[in-house]
Amino acid sequence: MTEQRLHPRGKPLRTDVNPVRLLMCKIDGKDISAREDETILSVARQNGINIPTLCHLDGLSERGACRLCIVEVKGAPRLLPSCVTLVRQDMEVTTNSERVTAYRRKILELLFTERNHVCSVCVSNGQCELQALSVELGMSHVHFDYIYPRHSIDATHSRFSVDHNRCVLCARCIRVCDEVEGAHVMDVMGRGITAKVITDLSQPWGDSETCTGCGKCVHVCPTGALSEKGKSVAEMTKRRQFLPYLQLMRKEGQK
Amino acid sequence: MNDNIKKTTPNGWTIENNGWALQDFEEQAAASSGKVKVATVWLDGCSGCHMSFLDIDEKIIGLADLIEIVYSPLVDIKQFPGGVDVTLVEGAVSSDEDEEKIHEIRNGTNLLISFGDCAVTANVPAMRNQFKVDDVLTRAYVENATFNQQIPRFGVPRLLKKARPVHEIVNVDLFLPGCPPPSDAIYYVLGELLEGRIPDPKGKTRFGA
Ligand code: SF4
Ligand code: SF4
Ligand code: SF4
Ligand code: FES
Repeated sequence: MTEQRLHPRGKPLRTDVNPVRLLMCKIDGKDISAREDETILSVARQNGINIPTLCHLDGLSERGACRLCIVEVKGAPRLLPSCVTLVRQDMEVTTNSERVTAYRRKILELLFTERNHVCSVCVSNGQCELQALSVELGMSHVHFDYIYPRHSIDATHSRFSVDHNRCVLCARCIRVCDEVEGAHVMDVMGRGITAKVITDLSQPWGDSETCTGCGKCVHVCPTGALSEKGKSVAEMTKRRQFLPYLQLMRKEGQK
Repeated sequence: MNDNIKKTTPNGWTIENNGWALQDFEEQAAASSGKVKVATVWLDGCSGCHMSFLDIDEKIIGLADLIEIVYSPLVDIKQFPGGVDVTLVEGAVSSDEDEEKIHEIRNGTNLLISFGDCAVTANVPAMRNQFKVDDVLTRAYVENATFNQQIPRFGVPRLLKKARPVHEIVNVDLFLPGCPPPSDAIYYVLGELLEGRIPDPKGKTRFGA
């Protein structure tokens, strides 16, 4: 049984009878050849060009949730998220113009103002992708007023807890639970600033009958939002090696 | 206020120039004792940033030849003097007293540095911001107190509705995040300023460091 693989825009992938075309594009002035079913992000990374990302994780489907991977494409009036935009013939991409970096900074600053990030007392201090991005993008402070919203912590699960104060709504947990574990325990409830990750039908995680307790969500979470119980400040190390490994094993198993 | 020139250092950390000029330090130093006037202030913070400052250890002796600490919890002066070249502010702005002070400090300072996460993000002091001030005080002084349960109302500063980062109240020229900023980062920033260069603390500190 071969499941039909889809590329990020949902179109069926080309097959042997309908092979993938190669094309030429330009990223940061560099001439690059790419497959037509690849995203700008993936092509850039293969060619040693770094684009910052937060919601993207190798091994999961793309969501386009964080917008940190935006790039400038010649002829396009708005900035495009490179993790969900496919390359095209003769496309000219700029990954680090002043306009792009300024918007990235703003997006990152807004992520910090929307929830309560207190790195100094966070389980993920020193191990957090959001915190690392603040260094990478040179964010020494935020230019917007902090919102200081009131958020809860759900520690009802016997081994894990979720602290919504630290969540960036990247949906990695939701995707890994659905696509890899196959349990689909998590989802997003609400919209915009009131959006929140929930377990089951917004029931306490500890009462969930669908959660297998695999811990995959905890380890893909880029921030301190999901953690193992018993971890203190800066102790929560995330181990993601399982993901590419599992994907590879499953691909082999399908043959 | 002064014209707001934005400078971006080679590594991308922005420094908002609110009209200060680096050569001022040398001029002022020449005009007065020959030393750059530095103040350090402790608002709503734990004093950890000041401890990290002292952790510069023996290098602080070299600094002492070039700077004069004109106001600080470390020295015995009660009134902020004004005409200060560089002021390091630790802590968030949390009370009416902090607010009054920070305006006075801004007016009397050439270059104002937000010193540490509490000053830069409001950090731990802001964890109370999710709750009403009265609820916080009741929790601390009534519910969790064994003896003498009462909320102190006299002779203490009144808490503002929210603890705020310094730059939400006054203009800040330079940001040095970290909880606390490592002493090497502090030494680097002061050293660069004394050399007449704009410090670029990227990679030397971060939030929560
Ligand atoms: S989740 Fe990351 S950015 Fe947020 S408080 Fe924790 S360490 Fe800091
Ligand atoms: S522990 Fe596993 S099954 Fe439970 S929510 Fe996380 S990913 Fe899903
Ligand atoms: S809990 Fe973690 S993985 Fe899930 S959406 Fe929030 S930040 Fe992302
Ligand atoms: S990485 Fe592309 S939108 Fe998040």
